[in-house]
Amino acid sequence: MDAPSSTLAQANDTDAGQKPMLTYVPIRGYGRKAAAAALLIILGSFLFSIAGNDNFGWPVVGQYLFDDRIMSGLLLTSWLTVVTMVIGVVLGTILAIMAMSSNGVISVVANSYLWFFRGTPVLVQLIFWYNLAALFPDLSIGIPFTSLWYSVDTNTVITPVMAAILGLGLNEGAYMSEIIRSGLMSVDSGQRQAAKSLGMTNGKSLWRIVIPQAMPIIIPPTGNQTIGMLKTSSLVSVIALSDLLYSAQTIYSRNFQTIPLLIVACIWYLSATSILTAIQSRIERHYGRSLLQADAPVRWRLFRSS
Amino acid sequence: MSEPMVVFDRVSKSYGALEVLKEINLEVAPGEVLSLIGPSGSGKSTLLRCVNHLERIDGGSITVDGELIGYRQVGNLAYELPEKLIAKQRARIAMVFQNFNLFGHMTVLENVIEAPVQVLGVPKAHAIEHAKGILDQVGLADKLETYPRMLSGGQQQRVAIARALAMKPKLILFDEPTSALDPELVGEVLDVMRALAEGGMTMMVVTHEMAFARDVCNRVAFMDGGKIVECGPPSEVLANPTHERTRTFLSKVN
Repeated sequence: MDAPSSTLAQANDTDAGQKPMLTYVPIRGYGRKAAAAALLIILGSFLFSIAGNDNFGWPVVGQYLFDDRIMSGLLLTSWLTVVTMVIGVVLGTILAIMAMSSNGVISVVANSYLWFFRGTPVLVQLIFWYNLAALFPDLSIGIPFTSLWYSVDTNTVITPVMAAILGLGLNEGAYMSEIIRSGLMSVDSGQRQAAKSLGMTNGKSLWRIVIPQAMPIIIPPTGNQTIGMLKTSSLVSVIALSDLLYSAQTIYSRNFQTIPLLIVACIWYLSATSILTAIQSRIERHYGRSLLQADAPVRWRLFRSS
Repeated sequence: MSEPMVVFDRVSKSYGALEVLKEINLEVAPGEVLSLIGPSGSGKSTLLRCVNHLERIDGGSITVDGELIGYRQVGNLAYELPEKLIAKQRARIAMVFQNFNLFGHMTVLENVIEAPVQVLGVPKAHAIEHAKGILDQVGLADKLETYPRMLSGGQQQRVAIARALAMKPKLILFDEPTSALDPELVGEVLDVMRALAEGGMTMMVVTHEMAFARDVCNRVAFMDGGKIVECGPPSEVLANPTHERTRTFLSKVN
């Protein structure tokens, strides 16, 4: 006899008038266990068929995984992602604040920027920046109505790297602006009023009060954008920059080991994505600490020591 | 009698065609506790929010300690002050809100030291000492490291009062401080306010707590339709109102 019925029997023995104490038996969930086992078997056999398949050219993958050209491509892809995302976040914040301005001209300018940069393919924007010299052979900066002007040949300023940073960064700014705007709008207006009533200026209340509370809303989609940028940045191959994917393509165009080299690129893309995901969840935990339960220990803090 | 601290001189305000304040005249003396009562929509919260320029007025003037709020007077022209100077005026006029508006991403202690450190430039260690003293005063010395969302409404409002006190204000504006609270938590907040009143703090309190108005306030102003219908000691306004509208209102809330 198993446990539940013996408890019942004992209870019945002691007092006939009193209801027996119940022993709770959780639902067994055989279905779920079977499904999990089936999934493991399918996944396992799938992985086994890939790993054991000579056509994937695993020795070639190993040979090129740390190839110099692949490494320099990975480096370019990494720093281009970081730089364009930094530009995107800064520009996006400025645009979001402009879009929410009570001044009509300022908000229309911000919204027009969004309209243009979200409405045209980023590939076209990249090519446009790369060919800027064809439209403006010289770039000039100076004070109007004076002789204080400085002029420079466009091609010396807009190098392929600069064109890539501008093209991807300005485009990213438009997308980040909407993400940041939704975050700022999620913060209750009472927070700003409280900050004002304590004598804070608009800038200080934005920086100290509103933005930190908008972060939990802003971070997840920003993580998405960053991971997206990791791969969008491969578009720079059209302006003769050797990013991770393009480096792999250059190699397989000579040795025809297409699949192994694409696998090499994917391994690095996946590694970078894993790192970015880990960073994202750390930042999320940092900004989410005020949402934790009272008794949950604060496991760590990212930016502050106290 | 000493100089009044707050002077409302023919203060008017409209939202479009809707006149919410109609030539309000009122004075509040230093150390006085004045409560504003009246039906919703009577303009009492708006009047309060004009004192620290959270709302602009359209006519008349408000002065605190002789200083025109939100504007700089040149002859008959009043120029709106730049943001920084308005912020400076607000720093000494504290406000406590109906919905507490505590900074959710900061602990109780961080909430209380934020403005003294960031606005007044008080050294952090000094601000923390001061804040601990105030939090002890409102009975929350054991909640320093807690985040607002883990506190009850009454505790949150007491933190909000502590945050206001940390700025060493000369005047505190209370905008329906107990209206968002569960009935059993109202008392703890009113106790803190009562202690402040006894300590000589100048307070303007928009409230529906008639018992508080009667027991703690020096004067009660009854507002209706954007005007102060009557104003005087609670023994007159609450016990023997002279106006029909006041009587009608009091019969509904009691």
